[in-house]
Amino acid sequence: MKTRRDFIKISTAGAGAAALSFKAFGSEGFSLFGSKSDGPVSDEDLTPYATYCEVCFWKCAGWAYVDKSGRIRKVIGNQDDPHCNGRLCPRGTGGVGMVYDEDRLKTPLIRETRSDGSQYFREASWEEALDKVANKMKEVKEKHGPEAFGLFNHGTPGAMLEHLLRAYGSESNAEPAFANCRGPRSSAFYSTYGAYVGSPENTDIRDTKCLVLIGSHIGENMHNSQVQEMSEAIDNGATIITVDPRLSTAAAHSQYWLPIKPATDIALIMAWINVLVNEGLYNKEYVEKYTFGLDYLKDHVKTMTPEWAYGITTIEPEMIRRTARAMASAAPAVVVHPGRHVVWYGDDTQRSRALAILAALLGSWGKRGGFYFPEGVSVPKFPHPHYPEPEWTWKDWNDGKFPLATMGITTELLKASIPGYNYKHQVKAWLVAGTNLPLSMPDKPLFKEAAASVEFIAVMDTMPMDITGYADVVLPEATYLERYDAIRSAPNREPNIALRMPAIKPMYDSKPGWWIAKQIGERLGLHDYFNYNDYSEVIDWQLKQLGTSLEEMKKVGVKKYPRKSGPLYLGDGEDFTFNTNTGKIELYSTDFADHGFDPMPKFTKHPEPPQNFYRLIYGRAPMHTFSRTSNNHNLWDLMSENSVWVNPKVADLWQLKKGQEVWLKNQDGHVTSFPVKVRVTERIRWDSVYMVHGFGHNNKKLSRTFGRGASDTEMITNVVVDPIMGGTGMRGNFITFLTEEPALEGKEDKA
Amino acid sequence: MRYAMAIDTNKCVGCGDCVVACQTENNVPHGYCRDWIVESVDGTYPSLSLEFRSERCNHCDNSPCVRCCPTGASHIEEGGIVTVTHNKCIGCGACIESCPYDARYSHPDGYVDKCTFCLHRVQKGQKPACVEVCPTKCLHFGDLDDPNSDVSLAIKDRKWKVLAPEAGTDPQLYFLT
Repeated sequence: MKTRRDFIKISTAGAGAAALSFKAFGSEGFSLFGSKSDGPVSDEDLTPYATYCEVCFWKCAGWAYVDKSGRIRKVIGNQDDPHCNGRLCPRGTGGVGMVYDEDRLKTPLIRETRSDGSQYFREASWEEALDKVANKMKEVKEKHGPEAFGLFNHGTPGAMLEHLLRAYGSESNAEPAFANCRGPRSSAFYSTYGAYVGSPENTDIRDTKCLVLIGSHIGENMHNSQVQEMSEAIDNGATIITVDPRLSTAAAHSQYWLPIKPATDIALIMAWINVLVNEGLYNKEYVEKYTFGLDYLKDHVKTMTPEWAYGITTIEPEMIRRTARAMASAAPAVVVHPGRHVVWYGDDTQRSRALAILAALLGSWGKRGGFYFPEGVSVPKFPHPHYPEPEWTWKDWNDGKFPLATMGITTELLKASIPGYNYKHQVKAWLVAGTNLPLSMPDKPLFKEAAASVEFIAVMDTMPMDITGYADVVLPEATYLERYDAIRSAPNREPNIALRMPAIKPMYDSKPGWWIAKQIGERLGLHDYFNYNDYSEVIDWQLKQLGTSLEEMKKVGVKKYPRKSGPLYLGDGEDFTFNTNTGKIELYSTDFADHGFDPMPKFTKHPEPPQNFYRLIYGRAPMHTFSRTSNNHNLWDLMSENSVWVNPKVADLWQLKKGQEVWLKNQDGHVTSFPVKVRVTERIRWDSVYMVHGFGHNNKKLSRTFGRGASDTEMITNVVVDPIMGGTGMRGNFITFLTEEPALEGKEDKA
Repeated sequence: MRYAMAIDTNKCVGCGDCVVACQTENNVPHGYCRDWIVESVDGTYPSLSLEFRSERCNHCDNSPCVRCCPTGASHIEEGGIVTVTHNKCIGCGACIESCPYDARYSHPDGYVDKCTFCLHRVQKGQKPACVEVCPTKCLHFGDLDDPNSDVSLAIKDRKWKVLAPEAGTDPQLYFLT
């Protein structure tokens, strides 16, 4: 079907100009490595520039080392940074590959339509591209109000555009990071403890005696300081209990691996709670002093015995008891990890609640080796007028359908963009920054319908990600190593700040996110919100309020401050009021009860794979972030495509061979755009398959990663929505194998 | 002095950070590597074990690569570090054939290249780039002759194995199990 906006694969369209710039830059793009006799350069001949990483959201601080010719040679962690302790992860170390990726967006692009109706991108000046975005924003404001301009954002560049939209009068923004990722645990921990677990999470893994991981694969997710702390915990002899249908890296390092049947986790957690309660193993003093609802909970879990859970989870009762006792004997120094990407089955807030309750029974919140009290530095806002009050925000698109959502819900923003959904408020245009929606959101048909429905899409990115193919205007952003950004001030054990400054000038005609936001703002008459010529002025002003300066921060990169909020942990018997309705940790959630949700978690049975289908489980590889890094040459060298993990029994049944290419088809008849290689491995159950997320890119301009591997997201068309906070449960999708290339019908984006 | 490395397989997560840090530190061309990760799985679901190993040149005491080099380009430096003098190497590849660990590759510029234990850093008292970057601190480097070096302390009270001991090369990478 032709839509108003054809998906444009940047390299194949707009022929002349785009192809020319590709050639022009070949010599520059490839000379970083491989030039003759260019061996290691000693550190004394390199100049370090302070930065913090943007390859993932952990934002580790480091130093970009620049040689005398002006090339970034390497990026090394900052020793004083609690996010990385001087050791970046492979993505941070390979961050330099993002700068020298020859496929980068180099100039602004504008969508044009030929006389025959076909569309292409034309290279444009910044002046023209910015005018186009600003004029559209003016038009939407006049016709529909500023609220009708939506924003999909992630990371520091997203924050720049968020400021622009707030100044303009819109709060119609959403991040995949919430509803497509960690939202359920935010709502669950907030309703239990009146506090968020934050990022980095306030898990005291360093000092724990027992680490409990449920579908959280530390070591495959490289949440840097947590990986480091898990390693310290191993040195310290901590017990690690990992629940995963797959032998994850963490599972391989665990004393106890519980190879659970997928979709049954709540039954296991409730059985653990049953054991703690029935055997009197919970921390009685702590529970009595700090929690609300023990009697309700005792009654609630009465029948949820290990024997009951065995029939559901396939984990033997004795193993459930043994692991519950291991937790109790380590208590309160137990980290029941809240996980991060937790949108699985649509009852995820309840599963996260179950984890929060388990942690409370062990008395671990506010205790050494459990959860510490984090503290951040409050960075003063650079002076600007108050934001105008929007007439409606993301909360109102659907009349408050998800009362406990704490941020905008991406799928709701899509639905609000489609007139057919008849949402109370309609979104007419989008800005997108730092997120590759076609690969980061489930239900691609919904995304495509929404993208075809809106009047205008502007995308700001450093790379020709798949999302740029849907844009009317593409704004090429400078990479994080070429720009200033907001001061990092994430809460941690020690309050701290980190600086990001440019190590080199932006390559090509790319510009920093702050500059792009300001330029659009100026065109909208919002100068007072962007009252600076360079973002370094903002940073310097803020740093001076914090008793330091840009000059000092350039030398140290990271600065730590003494805590003001008191100790990291609760003292013995110390009085403490939690920020909940009852002032206590709510084992029984009054908030949930008030909103008509189960106040305590229940196990619900979820659909199982039909015959000849397998549950699709997906996850992370340590050298890649989302779909953002797969074209990065350094990281591509480490992993250039994903594979589909198949148990040998299943491989035998289907006569699949190691390395054989197959297409995947899901329960709704969707077929992957590209084939994926089979990995035959005992590490996965026979009722499931596993894929690393972020591959199967369908934009030829991503020359290395285009068509390599398959996109798990294409197979996720059945989304089970969490009624509490709008999370998008994605693990209820089932795939089967096609060993021959299927006909074009049903395949995504094969136009 | 005898430089060696210990790799703690109980902690390695196979992330590949050592590989990319080596690549940026030593300007290793894309598509090549001086160190790499091996994942080995044993057993049947769910009775499984999984080991990750960060591997590289073993800097063998009895190095077949050095013995077979016709020009003397492959040689042993201070502390037993095996290196290749690029401008003496004729790229014949005899050393590549002789190495039981497949630790060498032909550099596109015409010589054979391999791990140097980051000799240029070690000479300045720094650790190899891979050791310095590893998020799990599973790599330990130092002088085996010094009982207080990181590597000596790491292997002191632990079980360890070396790879392909049957090759008789006396390898100097110790995998802690």
